[in-house]
Amino acid sequence: MTDATANGSAAADPSNALLMLLKARTFIALILVFVFFSIFAPNFLSAANMVIMSKHVALNAFLAIGMTFVIVSGGIDLSVGSIVGLCGMVAGYLLLNGIDLGLGWSIQFLTLEICLIVSCVGIAIGALNATLITKLNVAPFIATLGTLYIARGAALLSSEGETFPNLTGNADYGSASFRLIGSGNLLGIPISIWMLIVVGLAAAYIAKRTPLGRFIYAVGGNERAASLSGVKVTRVKFFVYMFSGFCAALVGIIISSQLVASHPATGDTFELNAIAAAVLGGTSMSGGRGRIGGTIIGAFVIGVLSDGLVMMGVSAFWQTVIKGIVIIAAVVIDQAQQKVQARVALQAQAAIGK
Amino acid sequence: MTAHPIGLSIRAGTKVYPGTIALKSVDFDLHMGAVNVLVGENGAGKSTMMKVISGVEQLTAGRVEINGQPVRLGSTKEAEAHGIGIVFQELNLFPNMTVAENIFIAHEKTRLGMDIDATEQRRLTRALMMRLEHDIDPDTLVGDLKVGQQQIVEIAKSLARDARILILDEPTSALSAAEVEILFRVIAELKADGVGIVYISHRLEELIRVGDYITVLRDGAITGARSMDGVDIAWIVRNMIGDSSKDFAKQVAHPFGTDVLAVRDMRLADGAGGFAVDGVSFTLRKGEVLGIYGLMGAGRTELLETIIGRHRYCSGTVTVDGQDMGRPVVADRIAAGLALIPEDRKQDGIIQDLSIRENMTLSSLSDVTRGRVHMDLRAEQRRVRDFVKQMVIKIASPEHPVASLSGGNQQKVVIAKALMTQPKVLLMDEPSRGIDIGAKAEVFRVMRHLAAQGLGIVFVTSDLEEVLGLSDRILVMSDGRITGEFTAQTASDTALITASAIGHGSAAATQKESA
Repeated sequence: MTDATANGSAAADPSNALLMLLKARTFIALILVFVFFSIFAPNFLSAANMVIMSKHVALNAFLAIGMTFVIVSGGIDLSVGSIVGLCGMVAGYLLLNGIDLGLGWSIQFLTLEICLIVSCVGIAIGALNATLITKLNVAPFIATLGTLYIARGAALLSSEGETFPNLTGNADYGSASFRLIGSGNLLGIPISIWMLIVVGLAAAYIAKRTPLGRFIYAVGGNERAASLSGVKVTRVKFFVYMFSGFCAALVGIIISSQLVASHPATGDTFELNAIAAAVLGGTSMSGGRGRIGGTIIGAFVIGVLSDGLVMMGVSAFWQTVIKGIVIIAAVVIDQAQQKVQARVALQAQAAIGK
Repeated sequence: MTAHPIGLSIRAGTKVYPGTIALKSVDFDLHMGAVNVLVGENGAGKSTMMKVISGVEQLTAGRVEINGQPVRLGSTKEAEAHGIGIVFQELNLFPNMTVAENIFIAHEKTRLGMDIDATEQRRLTRALMMRLEHDIDPDTLVGDLKVGQQQIVEIAKSLARDARILILDEPTSALSAAEVEILFRVIAELKADGVGIVYISHRLEELIRVGDYITVLRDGAITGARSMDGVDIAWIVRNMIGDSSKDFAKQVAHPFGTDVLAVRDMRLADGAGGFAVDGVSFTLRKGEVLGIYGLMGAGRTELLETIIGRHRYCSGTVTVDGQDMGRPVVADRIAAGLALIPEDRKQDGIIQDLSIRENMTLSSLSDVTRGRVHMDLRAEQRRVRDFVKQMVIKIASPEHPVASLSGGNQQKVVIAKALMTQPKVLLMDEPSRGIDIGAKAEVFRVMRHLAAQGLGIVFVTSDLEEVLGLSDRILVMSDGRITGEFTAQTASDTALITASAIGHGSAAATQKESA
């Protein structure tokens, strides 16, 4: 068996090298973007800029990780941007007002409790998406488009369109630490980056080493075959949408903490950036293919690109055009990779004579 | 019989696919104004030859001649220009369009080359349906028609294009006996008009009845070609199978154990007011191989699917090893010891994007998982290596996508996936479909071996020889019901065919008598 493997790969060597190159393309792109901006953008490599940039990237990366699972399972989640907005408003409301039961006093929460409640809101909207998709047979695009509007509307209603300002929390209530989520550091690295590391590692672990992760890929690859193999498709879908909602809730919390305010329009079109990062990282829109690591690198490419262009003083309009070109190029290269990959596999298979 | 002119011929035609030679230097003559019958086992090369004639595939070597002139049939368009029409075994219709739209697809009747003349199309469709004696409204969506009616639409499509050569690839597989009669009348009419017809079918009596010339294929080579005069079933079978009968792994004599599977009063609605599975009951013992024979559409696939729990809304009970299965949930039934090898490998069996390894272990991941969360990837790889060796699957690496394998090896991957769950009962739906002879023999060997180890096997097939050669007991299904039960001693090909025609109207009986 090992013999055959060795022969097979030796026979297809040039294609293999090309395949390696194509597989690492997002990483190569990231390095290129980095080198480019460190030459042409002043102060790009300064530590302060790195911290700011990674904070920007982290927001999109959270959403993109959740989005990757959804897309790999064969779906799409358009509602994440609105969930960010709504969750930010919920966090702001709880900080400012607590919950007033109309008894002349109100319940106030610790920072941790606020985070848990807000996460539950995000997960609940994810569960609503999954219910619509699995139980009521609504196409994922439509179901999440609907919840996109519902969540955004709810966010606007929560404050009549106003901003919740001065979310500094209250030391007496134990919520003063809320600000630290967005502005605190641990070992010189921002808290939000630590959170991204934890969520990213957990997601990568789920994808690679748990049956649940394998099932997500199976459902996206061929739902009928997966269900006939005993995969509980409904459960898998519930997980991916709830996880995506959870990631969006985290982003809502981080943004309102960073800004010390929550605005109901926060997160508008974030879902598109998340999809772009996932696609850039090699996730196939038709499901079944994609890697968490790739998505995070994809998020970095997009983030570094836009921050770098700003520092170079390129107009925002051009930035948008360039972002579009990068995404399309990524997909075109992805197609090429698929072809080479299929050829390498076929050659190896042919090499063993059958 | 008067001589019929030869309209098209293949000379020294060879077709090579990756990994297999589908046609080996064949010479084939197609007589005009006659029915040219083509027979052979699955995978003998019939469909490939017809694909070459209809321009879907091109010969690797050799040439096609029309009226003595070499022609290039590079695409279906070019073949159509030569008046060649084909009705494929797998229907090529758009279920979201109407009957009329389907019939005139890519040949729309237009005014000024732009505006589709729907009225004219409807009129012509009605005329075609009249000719085919079918009352199908031109505005019905094809998706709403029954399979038999769809086949009629497919035939009408070819007629609408004034085909001079019409290829019918198993046209009767989904038709009722009455519909078959109508089809034969249309064929006779076309013959009188001088149309050359190629007729492919597995139903031998039908071939003898309708054919004027016969060509038999075996393993990509022509083993017999003559006019139909004096041809009988024995002659066809001899040429189809050759002197050395197919090597079914010899039955290992072993005693059967206790009942391992019991199905009671299984019913499943077919969505058209009837039942796809209509009150089926049977039991299976450990170590027994139960063959289910029947024609396409007899409800065999649906029966296996209800047993594995794919259909949520079905009545009836399934008992595995004395334990009632309750509500149909696939995962529960797999856990209880059932495993299905689906008929449609691409749609239901494999997941193309995943690697061979990931496909094989999909149903049994819990065996390599600790604490329901952490998968031991090393253990998984070990298991895959063991099964690859045990099933003799030829692969370069288990990490390659499963799509890079040949059909036979893909099928072995699907079987390995089922076996990894350590089932008590294996449900196999057409396990030999679309795989080459070598792989077939391998699959049959595995089946016998498993049965000898005490596994109960239910397998569905439309291949008479297969069902007779492999089964300890045979059930025949027709129209959703069990219409016959035979032991290895009482079964014969005629008995099975008779039983499989029950319920297809009285015409079936008359047809048999006249044949």
